[in-house]
Amino acid sequence: MKNKMTVVEGSYAVAHSVKVCKPNVISAYPITPQTHIVEDLSQFVADGEIDCEYMNVESEFSAISALIGASAVGARTYSSTTSQGLALMHEALFNASGMRLPIVMTVVNRALSAPINIWNDQQDSISQRDTGWIQLYAEDVQESADMTPQIFKLAEDKDVLLPAMSCMDGFILSHVYEPVILLEQDLTDEFLPQFEPEFILDPANPMSFGAFADPTTYTEFRYRQEEAMGVALKKIETLANEFNDIYGRYYGGLVDGYMLDDAEIVVMAMGSVIGTVKDTIDMLRKDGVSVGLLKVRSFRPFPVDAVRKALKNAKIIITLDKNISVGKNEGALCTEVKACLHNTKMRIPVIGFMLGHGGRDIPMGTIVNIVDKAKAAMKTDSFIESGFADLREDL
Amino acid sequence: MKTGTSLLAPGHRGCAGCCDALAGRFLLDALGKDCIVVSPTGCLEVFTTPYPESSWGVPWIHSLFENAAAVASGVEAALKALGRKNNTKVVSIGGDGATLDIGLQAISGAFERGHDLTYVCVDNEAYMNTGVQRSSATPLYANTTTSPSGRESRGNPLHKKNMPAIMAAHGSPYVATASVSYAPDLMKKIKRAAEIEGPTYVHIHAPCCTGWGFDSSKTIEVGRLAVETAMWPMYEMENGEVTKVRKIKDRKPVEEYLKVQKRFKHLFTKDGAREEVKKIQELADWNAKHFGLE
Amino acid sequence: MTLVIKTAVKPGSTIVNKTGAWRSFKPIFDNELCSKCGICAMYCPEGVVYKLESGYYEPDYDFCKGCGICANECPKKAIKMVLEEK
Repeated sequence: MKNKMTVVEGSYAVAHSVKVCKPNVISAYPITPQTHIVEDLSQFVADGEIDCEYMNVESEFSAISALIGASAVGARTYSSTTSQGLALMHEALFNASGMRLPIVMTVVNRALSAPINIWNDQQDSISQRDTGWIQLYAEDVQESADMTPQIFKLAEDKDVLLPAMSCMDGFILSHVYEPVILLEQDLTDEFLPQFEPEFILDPANPMSFGAFADPTTYTEFRYRQEEAMGVALKKIETLANEFNDIYGRYYGGLVDGYMLDDAEIVVMAMGSVIGTVKDTIDMLRKDGVSVGLLKVRSFRPFPVDAVRKALKNAKIIITLDKNISVGKNEGALCTEVKACLHNTKMRIPVIGFMLGHGGRDIPMGTIVNIVDKAKAAMKTDSFIESGFADLREDL
Repeated sequence: MKTGTSLLAPGHRGCAGCCDALAGRFLLDALGKDCIVVSPTGCLEVFTTPYPESSWGVPWIHSLFENAAAVASGVEAALKALGRKNNTKVVSIGGDGATLDIGLQAISGAFERGHDLTYVCVDNEAYMNTGVQRSSATPLYANTTTSPSGRESRGNPLHKKNMPAIMAAHGSPYVATASVSYAPDLMKKIKRAAEIEGPTYVHIHAPCCTGWGFDSSKTIEVGRLAVETAMWPMYEMENGEVTKVRKIKDRKPVEEYLKVQKRFKHLFTKDGAREEVKKIQELADWNAKHFGLE
Repeated sequence: MTLVIKTAVKPGSTIVNKTGAWRSFKPIFDNELCSKCGICAMYCPEGVVYKLESGYYEPDYDFCKGCGICANECPKKAIKMVLEEK
């Protein structure tokens, strides 16, 4: 029966999605809160439900490195990690994207040490934004599950060939039990084609991968990556629609609006906080506050045109960041939004609020306070600096 | 057009007399076409693949400095998963820095997982690609740019790490030491290592004329002296036990090996370091006794 | 703009780079002394000493860097290193 809802843990829903995408090689190292995904995948392998090589490696660095080798052989490759593990992969992330190997990874977002903290924020993946990986952020469990085949198809597209991260908030999405539709194998087979790269490591056609580029060619490798990101930008929209055609679910392409068209105050955010923001908007709208949401699904490539278009009627913009660029006193989304408005005639103030670090809860009250600040700024035409939205005064 | 006698094409940028080029050639001569080679960063990787050229006549991949064994294990896993493993050999060839130092963890992991691959270390006893800095393969008292001799120093104060023993301790079915100066023996060992199922290891002693300080014509001669003085014992280990050694007739004193290299010059000045030379001789004596070389 | 830059490169393609230009000393092979053992070919780091139909050996000067290993290793001293004249 199609479209049957089942109550499962978020990690299980994602692991199930990975299973129906039929990866050839999975390589991962356990780290909280990613563990349930790899445990579920291991069980699928143990039960013969998935036909792949599952590599229990000795570190995240080797997890990604093994997939670099496997992808170059022509395998569909998958890993999952978070936080310290993703940071440990850092060097190899550049390598995977530079060699144009479409490895797919679920990043279960978690804070970075020190101080050590196992709970959710998005500092880990945001800190990898310049590694040349596609980064999509999911709002809820169903979207995390549904993002998986979309991101495989996107990464492996012959005109894209970039590795990709599907980001889901740690614990909030990975450990929550929600009713979801587990992805159907037949629909996934219809949606996701085989991975057939043009060049592979093959004794019958012995090509060399990972050559040494000097100043006369290095720049063009970088240019080609950027060009591929441009292609990905278009494909993300197309794939979201194709997915909708087959599975009947849609979450927006690059961005998605909620009560946006007439909103004077626009809140921008990524990930699971979106749900809280939507509820807050519903409440504030009842009080006559003109507030809406612009959800960002794709952080890399960053959808500059889509964001400009979506913000054209806004009077003030609020960005919510579960990360900080220490020394700039704002988060990455804030910086991106400011940057993409700057070279236009749009003169809309952008206020960046950082919140939810290290798993700190984001209650609706926090969002209400933020919106109040924006309202006050609008009324008095005064300027508000970006900063933390949920600092404790008692510490 | 002539394209060389080996699957490693000429035109590469290795120094004249390069030991790595020889090791690379011997590797491919031993393996033939049906293999996939993974190289970590290092001289061999850099001088064989200046984009858009490559010397390699077999499929080849370079990822990073410290991950070659992990990449190779992924290559092997993917070949299996895709049903393409057949007789294709997966081989990694890297320098001593990539093997004994920065890549050790990935090698340990790959061997522990039991992949069917061969790891070959081309040991020229220092970081040559970056300008002859000390590695954990640098022998006692050798002069390098980061272990220079001086008023208070006799060169590298530390002993060379015993990598073959570490690999044998992983339960590898086959571990061998070899030398570029004994090509037929080296190729036989590589073939053997590749044919044996599971993770196997070959450690090649490779004199670097640029880094050690001798004329480019002496690469083979210096390597031979290392073996003839028992500075480099040649043996094979199966499942952790030494099963074969190359015997030495009329073992030479270590001075004969040390004196021809500038990296040991400081031991032979007017106020020569007799104690240090004696200590090096003791190492050779230990090798001869421990491995039963005589 | 579309660039032809590809991440994979063709096998054996360094042959466009003629390293013979690096040479200071040139190996000259004397067949009168040669015993056809092939050690010169075996230990050439470039892999450019070829066996001829006659059984004798000949280096490819397009690539020979003049390292002198062949001359040093030749058991018959049949190879001489001669200063290159350019």
